[in-house]
Amino acid sequence: MNKTQKMKTVVIIAALAMAFAVGGCTSKEEAPKITEGQAPELEGTIQIAGSTSVQPLSEELAKGFMVINPKVKINVAGGGSGAGVKAAQSGTADIGAASRELKDAEKPTVKYLAIAMDGIAVIVHKDNKIADLTIENIAKIFAGEITDWSELDGEKGTIHVFNREEGSGTRGAFEEIVLGDAAFTDKAGIQNSTGAVRTAVAGDISGIGYISLGGVNDEIKALKVESVEATLANVQSEKYKIARPFNYLTQKDPEGIVKAFIDYILSAEGQEVVLENGFIPVK
Amino acid sequence: MFKRSQREKAYSIILFGSALTALIIILLIAGFIFKEGIPIFQKYGFWNVIFGNKWNPSNMIYGLWPMIIGTIYVTLGSLIIGVPLGVLTAIFLAELAPGRLVSTVIRPSIELLAGIPSVVYGLFGMTTIVPLIRSLTLRIPAYADDPALSSGYGILAGSIILSIMILPTVINIAEDAIRSVPPDFKEGSLALGATHWQTIYRVIVPAARSGIMAGVVLGMGRALGETMAIIMVAGNATIIPGSIFSSVRTLTGNVAIEIAYSSGEHTQALFATGIVLFIFIMIINSVALAFAKKEV
Repeated sequence: MNKTQKMKTVVIIAALAMAFAVGGCTSKEEAPKITEGQAPELEGTIQIAGSTSVQPLSEELAKGFMVINPKVKINVAGGGSGAGVKAAQSGTADIGAASRELKDAEKPTVKYLAIAMDGIAVIVHKDNKIADLTIENIAKIFAGEITDWSELDGEKGTIHVFNREEGSGTRGAFEEIVLGDAAFTDKAGIQNSTGAVRTAVAGDISGIGYISLGGVNDEIKALKVESVEATLANVQSEKYKIARPFNYLTQKDPEGIVKAFIDYILSAEGQEVVLENGFIPVK
Repeated sequence: MFKRSQREKAYSIILFGSALTALIIILLIAGFIFKEGIPIFQKYGFWNVIFGNKWNPSNMIYGLWPMIIGTIYVTLGSLIIGVPLGVLTAIFLAELAPGRLVSTVIRPSIELLAGIPSVVYGLFGMTTIVPLIRSLTLRIPAYADDPALSSGYGILAGSIILSIMILPTVINIAEDAIRSVPPDFKEGSLALGATHWQTIYRVIVPAARSGIMAGVVLGMGRALGETMAIIMVAGNATIIPGSIFSSVRTLTGNVAIEIAYSSGEHTQALFATGIVLFIFIMIINSVALAFAKKEV
C-alpha cells in the first residue's frame, strides 16, 4: 500500500465511523421497550409544583411512575415550598410540594402527606473529642461566632467550617433548620458534594461539615444533636432535630392518577427510589 | 466506480466539512453562553457585576470580582512555580539529556503527567498537599486563628497542583522551540569559544524565546481553564484573598460548583461567569498566537 492509498483508507474509515456514529445516535432515541399488559391503563397529566428541594426527588419518582404507566405525563415545576402550598390550595397544580412542616394555619386548607424525610448529619473528624452539640452552638459555628473548639470544651484549634455551595438543597435545609435568620460565615471552605465535604472533614482534625444522613460512613464522626444520635430511626420518630419532611399537598383527597402516583410513592418500589436519592423513607 | 476528479472533490468536501465543524461548534457555544449570560449584565450593570466584591445569589447579589482575582492569583501562582521548572526541564531534554534516558524515562513520565485525569490531581492535592500546608499555617500564629487562612485549602495549594498540571504543556512546546533553533547558531557560538552553558543561555534560549513564551501562555490557558482539581484544593470561599494561604474560588470553579442546583437568574449569573472566562481565554489564545507567529 502506498502513501496515498493509505490516506484514502484512513479518510474512508473516518467517514464511515462518522456515519455510523450518527446512525447509532438516532437509533438510540427510539422509545425504550415497555412491558405491556397491565389492565386498565392510566392516562392523563399530573402537574406538580413547589419546593425545589423536593423537585429532584419528584422527578425521579415521576420517571419511575411513567415507565410503569407510559400514558401518564407528570410535569414537575419548582417555585418553593410557599408556592407549593398556594398551588395546592388553589388547585393550580394537582400536587403541591413543601419541604417543611405545614404551619397550623395551612393545615386545614389542604390534604397533606409526607412522602419522604430529609435528615442532615453534622460531621467532624473521627478524633475530635466533641460528640454532642446543641443546635444553638452548631448555628454559632456555621455563622462564624464560635471559631475555636476550646470554646466548646474541645481541644484548642481553629474550627474549619466546610459548607455546601449556594443552591444546594442540603445547604438550604441546613440553613433553614439550624441557622434560621443568621447568615453563613464567608470564611467557610465550599465543597460541592456530599463526598467532597466528607473527604475534607475526614482529612482535617479541626473540620466540621454537614451531609445528608445517607452519606455518613466510618471515615468521619456524626455528632449527636441535642443528645440525639443521627440515625434513620431517630429521624423517622422526629427525635433528631436537623430533619424535615417532604410533604405532598392536594386540594382534596387524591383520586384517579394522582392517587395512583401517591400510592406508587408509598409502595416499596417508590420508597426504594426515595432511599436511592439519599432521602429517608417514611415507611 | 467514480472518476478520479469526482473522488478528489468528495474527499476535499469531507475534509472541509470536518474543519468547519470546529468553527460551527465554537460559534454555537459562544452564542449560547452570551445569550444566557448577557441579561445579568444588562440588569445589574456590566461594571457592577465585574467589580462587585460580594457573591450571594440567594440574595440576588452577583459580584464576580472575588472569582476574577482568585483566578488571576492561582494562575500566576502556578506560572511562578511551573514555568521555571518546565523551561529548565525543556532545556535539559533538548540540550543535555542522554537520548536513552529521555526516551525511556523522562518523556514517558511527562506524557503520563499529561494523561492523569484532573480529579486525580485534585484528590492528591486534597489528601497530601492541603494537610502539608495546613500544618505549616497552624504554626504561624497570625494565620492559625483565621479559618480562611489556616485550613490549608487556598491559593498556594491550587497553584502547586496547577503548576504540575501545566508542566507537560510548557515542557513540550518549549522543547520544540529549543530544538528548532538552527544548529548554525549553536555551532557558531561554540566556535567562538563559548562554553555549552554560555551557548544555552546566551544564544539558544534567546533564539527560542517566542516559542518558549507561546508554551508559557498556553500553559496559562490550561491553568485558567482547569476546574475539577482546583475545586478540590482551593477552598472555594467567595472572598477576596489577602494572603497566599487564603481560600479562593476561581471562575471555572464558580460555574462547576453551583450550576447543578441553580435556577433562573442564578444560572444566568453563572453563564455571565462563563462569558468572563471566555474573554480571558480569548485574550490568552490571541497572545499565544502572536508569539507563535513571531517564531522563525
